[in-house]
Parts: sequence; structure tokens; C-alpha cells
Amino acid sequence: MSANLLAVFYLISGVLFILALRGLSSPETSRQGNLFGIIGMVIAIGVTILSIGNFSTGFLYLLVFLLIGGSIGAFIAYKIPMTAMPELVAGFHSLVGLAAVFVAISAFLSPEVFNLGVVGNIKIASLIEMSLGASIGAITFTGSIIAFLKLRGIMSGNPITFFGQHYINLILGLSVIVIIFYLCKTQSNSLFWLIIIISFLLGILLIIPIGGADMPVVISMLNSYSGWAAAGIGFTLENTALIITGALVGSSGAILSYIMCKGMNRSFFNVILGGFGVTDQSSSIKTKEQRPVKSGNADDAAFLMKNASSVIIVPGYGMAVAQAQHALREMVDSLKKNGVKVTYAIHPVAGRMPGHMNVLLAEANVPYDEVFELEEINNDFANCDVVYVIGANDVTNPVAKTDPQSPIYGMPILDVEKSKSVLFVKRSLSPGYAGIDNDLFYRDNTLMLFADAKKMTEEIIKNL
Amino acid sequence: MEIDPFIFRLSIFILSIFIGYYVVWSVTPSLHTPLMSVTNAISSVIIVGAIIAALAGDSSNIFDTANAFGFLAIILAAINIFGGFLVTQRMLAMYKKKKKDK
Repeated sequence: MSANLLAVFYLISGVLFILALRGLSSPETSRQGNLFGIIGMVIAIGVTILSIGNFSTGFLYLLVFLLIGGSIGAFIAYKIPMTAMPELVAGFHSLVGLAAVFVAISAFLSPEVFNLGVVGNIKIASLIEMSLGASIGAITFTGSIIAFLKLRGIMSGNPITFFGQHYINLILGLSVIVIIFYLCKTQSNSLFWLIIIISFLLGILLIIPIGGADMPVVISMLNSYSGWAAAGIGFTLENTALIITGALVGSSGAILSYIMCKGMNRSFFNVILGGFGVTDQSSSIKTKEQRPVKSGNADDAAFLMKNASSVIIVPGYGMAVAQAQHALREMVDSLKKNGVKVTYAIHPVAGRMPGHMNVLLAEANVPYDEVFELEEINNDFANCDVVYVIGANDVTNPVAKTDPQSPIYGMPILDVEKSKSVLFVKRSLSPGYAGIDNDLFYRDNTLMLFADAKKMTEEIIKNL
Repeated sequence: MEIDPFIFRLSIFILSIFIGYYVVWSVTPSLHTPLMSVTNAISSVIIVGAIIAALAGDSSNIFDTANAFGFLAIILAAINIFGGFLVTQRMLAMYKKKKKDK
């Protein structure tokens, strides 16, 4: 196959990948979009194999390895529970990162295969591209591993900070650039390995100071990194499909990070520098005072909701932890039978990754046109009888609007306070991730339901 | 004067960033999780680099270091490709509209 024809095929698969993302603009077109993505991938892999035209033993090995990886991937895809999507995505990011590192190493060790020169005399441009690809890939790999461990709960979600942390990161980052410069001059093997090792370390150090609830930003950011790593390798291999895809994924992750930061009213750097919630906890303990709360049981909650004409459900990470989405849907079903109008309100940063709540509700067969984003639904709280807050906290805290001293001041919140009554399913009065008390708990129209989200919801169903 | 092919690739790269920017902003927020899993799958097109690394060159010694890294990368990318597309498909199949019952 001629190089030009090959390039055209890579271009086609790049375009198909664009269409795959385009399809996600609505759930109806999304399934078709995914199909485009698959076709694009098949074309890219197919023409690459054809272009090598080597169907000897190596080709058999290729099939075997493809099959091994493919079956592992397929197995995971079918077994993984939807609540574990954040860690799955983090895990997948780490694989892309590591694959980028491996391809870069391979290109460095036998550059003639990729037309990049010969060992000891690799083209300078290629050397820079592959070093950058390897470095970003390595950061993505270890960073995603840390994110995975934090999401999975193997590692504590608390930020790990130490003195001078950011300066160390800065020095490491700069040293990678300096070493790339010397690598170009000396073509030394050891410098190339050093870049990779430092980048592995940098990935760990970048993610450990970031707290558990900031994971939506971290995952999006690592998504973006994996794209830039792919693009770096794409430049090295002079492959259009990789360059297009890398750019798409890189900007996609960057946009998601931006949306998540905006959902918390924090700057990107504020999140990256991490340590959120550590300093605030001491102050919240000081101001903690015993204030009366009204608590109720499932019976009260069922009575309130049954007699309401409209109910808005506000799900949060707690719902995912308790796996309460199916019970929740059943509760909504019986409310609907009683003629109650029920909708769902989702805050941009609810859950541990962008869109996490939407997937869980979809899994529980909640139609997506009953689920609304913050801007779409925020005006409806004023006309709503009952709000059922299940596993959410900070995103409903009115302090974000009233108290400029508060760490969450300026964060867009769901105006739950405006509704006639609020039901809070929560295990205790403990503050949320931001470490601050929620004023709503102590309001007259708030009824606290102290229980596990799933158990309480099931109790309510019995009482309906 | 001839233009370096690098400039062409750079042009493709920059324009793709803009395409990505506009396409991703049009993705509905409720599909942000599938967006992440599908971008994961497509970025594994890096497998083309892995295939070249593993197969091209001297086929008599399949397992010299460079090839071995290629094969390892194939496994990693294949996990991602299959896992990413299939889990996306599984998620997207769950998004259903309300049955018409006004």
C-alpha cells in the first residue's frame, strides 16, 4: 500500500472519530456515534497491518496479543458495575499513558523502523516529539494509578501535602525539559530513561495532594493528558489519525476540567495545587455548636411526598456509594402512581466524574428527559413542594451565596432552600467534603432522615 | 522553497484542537461519562504505533527489546479499545426516553 493511500485511510479514521464525539450531542445519535468510532478503529488497525504486509509468525503473535488484550477489555466492560465507572476510566487512562511510553521507548530503540534516523542519530524533531509523548504518557500513567487507588478507596482520599511540594514538582517539570534539551545534543540512552523515570515520579506527586471530591477535575485532566501524549506519539510516527485523535481527546479533557472547575467556582490551579478542605476543617470544629434539627422517619417522608404535587430529587455521591439508584427509581415510580410529578436535578460536580449521576440514573431506567442540569431546573425549586436530597450536601449549601468567608462561596448551588420542604437523607450531621456545616440542616422546613440512603429509600417505598 | 511536512502535521493538529473544542462543547452534560470512556477508546489508536513497533523491522528476532515493548503496548491498547468501546456501548444502551404516556 502506498504511503499516500495509507495517509488517506488514517485521515478517514480521524474523521470517523470526530463523528463519534459529535454523536454524543444527544442520546439518540450517540449509539451511532460509537459505531463510527469502532469503524474508525478497525480501519486504522486494518490498514496498518496491511501496510506492513508481513504475515509471518509476527502476525500470529499480533493476533494472539490483540485477542488477549481484547478479551480482558471486553470482560472488564461487561462486568464493571456502573458505580465503579470513575475508577474504570482512571484505570483505562493509565493504560493509554503506559502504551504511549512503550511506543516511545520502542521508537527510541529502533528508530529506523519508523524512519526517524538510526540509533545514536535520531532526528532532533522526532527526539523532542517522542520525549514529550513519553513524558506526558508517563505522567498520565502514574497519575491515573494514584487517581484509581483513591477512587477505589485503596488509598485515602485525603490530600497528601508536604512542605515545598509545589517547588519540587516545578523543579522536576523543568528538569524534564532541560534533560530533553541535552538528550537532543547527546542522544544518550540513559537520559531518555531518566526522562521517563522523572515523569513517573511527577505523575505521582501531581495527584497525591488532590482530595477525593476533586476527582472529577483530576479524571478530566488525565483524560486530557492521555490525549496530548497520543498526539506527541502521533507527531513522532507522522500519523494523522493519532494526531487528530490526540488533539480531540486533549481538548475534550481540558473542556471537561474547565466545566468541573466552574461547577465548584474554583480556578484550575487552585484544584491542582490541592489540599482543599484541610485548613477549613479546624475552623469548622471551632464554630460547631449544637443547633436543633428536626429529624424524621420513613413514615414522615412518605407522607410528605405522597401529598406533594411536585418532588425534585437531588442525587449526589452518597447515592452511588449506597447503590441506592434502583431503590430510588422504585420510590419515584410509586410516587408517580400517586400522581406526583417527579424530576431529578443534577449538579455539575455531583459524583466522582463528569456525568456520573446521569449514568447511574440511566442504569436504573430513569428516562433521561426527566433528568435536568442545574441551569435548566434551578428556577423550579421555588414552585416545588418537596426536595429529596439523597447523598448530596455541599452542592445545596446556601452559604455559597451568603457568606463570602466560606470556602465554597460563589459555587453555583441547587436552590433547594427555596422549596416548601426539604428531605435530607444522610447518615449523620457531619459536614461534607468542604468541611463546612450546611445551614439547611437547621431550617424549619428541613426534615433530616438519618439513615443509609438505600435503606431509607426502601423504607419509604414500604410506607407509600 | 519547500514547506516542511511537520508544518502540515502541525496544521492538522491545531485545527483538530479547534474541532475538538466545538464538538465537545456540543456534547450534552448527561453524556459526559460516555464521552470520557469513548475518548479513552479512540486515543488507543496509538495501537497503530505499537503494531508497527512490534512487527516492522527484522522479523527473524521477534522479541528484541523494541519489539517486545511494541507487543506490550498492543496488549494495553487492546484492553482499552475493546473495554472502552464496549463499556460506552453498554452505557449508551441504558439511556432511554420516557415512554409516551401523556
